[in-house]
Amino acid sequence: MGIRRWSRVSRLVEVSDLASCREGLTRERSAWPIRVTLSGGTCGEASGSTGVLKALTTQLHKDGLAEKVHVRVTGCQGFCQEEPLLIVEPLDVLYCNVKSEDVSEIVRESLVNGRVVERLCFVDGASGRTVQRPADLPFFAKQDRELIGHNQSIDPCDIGDYIANGGYSALAHVLTSMSPEAVIEEIRASGLRGRGGGGYPTARKWEQCREASGQERYVICNADEGDPGAYMDRGLLEGNPHSILEGMMIGAYAIGSNQGYVYVRNEYPLAVAHTREAIEQAWDLGLLGERILGTDFSFDVKVARGAGAFVCGESTALMASLEGQVGEPRSKDIHTVERGYLDRPTALNNVETWANVPRIISNGSAWFAGKGTDQSKGTKIFALTGHVKNTGLVEVEMGTTLREIIFDIGGGPQNGKQIKAVQTGGPSGGCLPAALFALPVDYEALSAAGSMMGSGGMVVMDDSACMVDVARYFLKFLKDESCGKCVPCRVGTDRMLEILADFAEGRGTMEQLDTLKDLAWAVGAGSLCALGKTAPNPVLSTLRYFHDEYEAHIRDRRCPAGVCRALARYVIDPDLCADCGQCVEACPHGAILEADVYQIDQTLCEQCGLCAETCVVGAISRV
Amino acid sequence: MELSNVDTILENRGAEPFDIIEVLQDLQGLHGYLPEELLCRVSESFAVPLIEVFRLASFYRAFSLKPRGRHLVTVCLGTACHVRGAPRMLDEVVAQLDVEPGETTEDRAFTLETVNCLGACALGPIVVIDGEYHGDMSPGKLRALLGAVRDGDQAVVASV
Repeated sequence: MGIRRWSRVSRLVEVSDLASCREGLTRERSAWPIRVTLSGGTCGEASGSTGVLKALTTQLHKDGLAEKVHVRVTGCQGFCQEEPLLIVEPLDVLYCNVKSEDVSEIVRESLVNGRVVERLCFVDGASGRTVQRPADLPFFAKQDRELIGHNQSIDPCDIGDYIANGGYSALAHVLTSMSPEAVIEEIRASGLRGRGGGGYPTARKWEQCREASGQERYVICNADEGDPGAYMDRGLLEGNPHSILEGMMIGAYAIGSNQGYVYVRNEYPLAVAHTREAIEQAWDLGLLGERILGTDFSFDVKVARGAGAFVCGESTALMASLEGQVGEPRSKDIHTVERGYLDRPTALNNVETWANVPRIISNGSAWFAGKGTDQSKGTKIFALTGHVKNTGLVEVEMGTTLREIIFDIGGGPQNGKQIKAVQTGGPSGGCLPAALFALPVDYEALSAAGSMMGSGGMVVMDDSACMVDVARYFLKFLKDESCGKCVPCRVGTDRMLEILADFAEGRGTMEQLDTLKDLAWAVGAGSLCALGKTAPNPVLSTLRYFHDEYEAHIRDRRCPAGVCRALARYVIDPDLCADCGQCVEACPHGAILEADVYQIDQTLCEQCGLCAETCVVGAISRV
Repeated sequence: MELSNVDTILENRGAEPFDIIEVLQDLQGLHGYLPEELLCRVSESFAVPLIEVFRLASFYRAFSLKPRGRHLVTVCLGTACHVRGAPRMLDEVVAQLDVEPGETTEDRAFTLETVNCLGACALGPIVVIDGEYHGDMSPGKLRALLGAVRDGDQAVVASV
């Protein structure tokens, strides 16, 4: 943190300075004979990228290669499960799951001798073939990585990389040759809609904010990505913070604002650090501050760290938090575009929405509108997680089907299991069954099916997931995160949770299903903000598509997936058991009895699962 | 408590309305929790009634009003971790440490917390111990990991 990895360039005083600065930066970059790119985002660091970097730096110095090889540490490149990823250019080879021990071999073989280290290449599970070039990776090849793809060529702590890649040219274009109205028109023509989940047309929001009365206006970037199972915004902010800053600057110019805020959750320490660093570097270059690039436009951005309240992702709650208050939402009778932060006109957009703005200006609205469906344009990033072979950040053109994402990009189920559902839209969304995987990702299509686009979480579940448990999980989450202001949300989610607990613990009755539906209606109808309004979705969608699982829990007192604790147990299959006795030693509760055959005493079993993990022949399972 | 650091945080604070929350974050980061004494300092420094400061400190999940242990164990309960078995990881830590989430062991060695999502979903289930991420956890691996941290802690405590 705080390590400046960029070579200083002088302040950009006028628009033409940006072009000459870019020329210099590009020349400098093309002179590097060998380039190594190491992904060091949160996933990368969690998988050991820091150690790899240290080993690489040491090895390069030892071999006298430090001057010849340029090492770039980037944010997340998207293929999170294979992190840390390491790319060698011009050899154009990608290595996966790189460890410190692999470094000397990579340096010797690939950097010195120009040979590929095959054992570190990705092996495609479907075809069994080894993939060497990053572009050939099936996970990447089927995506349209307009936004997230740039992470690969950008060190987030080096503004020079961003500029060399064409960064801030959209801003320069806007400031010199577009009126604020023309910018709004261009965004309108592109069809860009809010990526935070609501899907509100961005241009309409900006226009309303521009037309609202008041001297001071604000732009806010909502990076309080609280949906569990979603991390697209972290990927963008951590990996390419300048693209968000540039988008905010263009938006600020369009609505007539001089001050912006990035509200980012503190659970993302790298995103916070990289955004701060980016702001500082933009100030140094004169891309933030007074009279940017010699024009009349002045702008500043500050970072505010969220303090762990999910409800602060809601725009009015976020603004309350920015005002130094507790994050409680208010009624939206008066829109935040008219009276938002400090009661002044405010345009709040999500990270991904802001990141799209410079691309639209640079490539033209027709380019953006040419992608996607009738109502949903451009690309969307999803966090594809759960029970799929390939997990990570996936960017696809709107209109791509769920099946293409889960099977063609995600590689389908793990361990030969059956995928039965996908959860989209986080706690506000719903679970869609495999039968609906032909649905395209499109705001309207997903809402009609009882889920929603949401911010982009996509959790795939196979038959080892219990849908009653999933509904219970989300309700528990929402109950905990309800700010408590609206009674139907505060009390209703609690009552609904009690009913789901009854189902999961074998006390449920069929009559309770009706009560559950009544409560769901009341919570949705009687809450002020989206948290409460959409809180019933996870319950309603699972009731709609997985009614049989609820019935199994209620009528048969059985959890088909073996997840719900009170209804599940561990058993030893005597036919598979090798009589090794390792499970007896592993069990901390003395619950495994040695008789003619090994047996589990269910009264002593705490369901920790250590026995199943220990068993080498797979004779112990949870049913 | 190092008063000089507290003073530095309070003196260097910005002038935006949200800087009171920023300062609470920094103090929490510095001290591990927010004792009454610090809340009083914040109240004075910002000229905000103590009850308002307390309201902030109790509303936001990031703040703790109770002292924490020498080691912080955080179990991620995000959706992706959940479907990959996070509840069993939590059960294992609860059983090992004999504390519920939000509590600290009697010997002050461990504090157990949960988090809604760390955004490292591909590596789930995830447990973070003292800031270090441990992905692809299982009850067995977790047991070994906690044992190692405990041994290390006891060695340090014994040497003092």
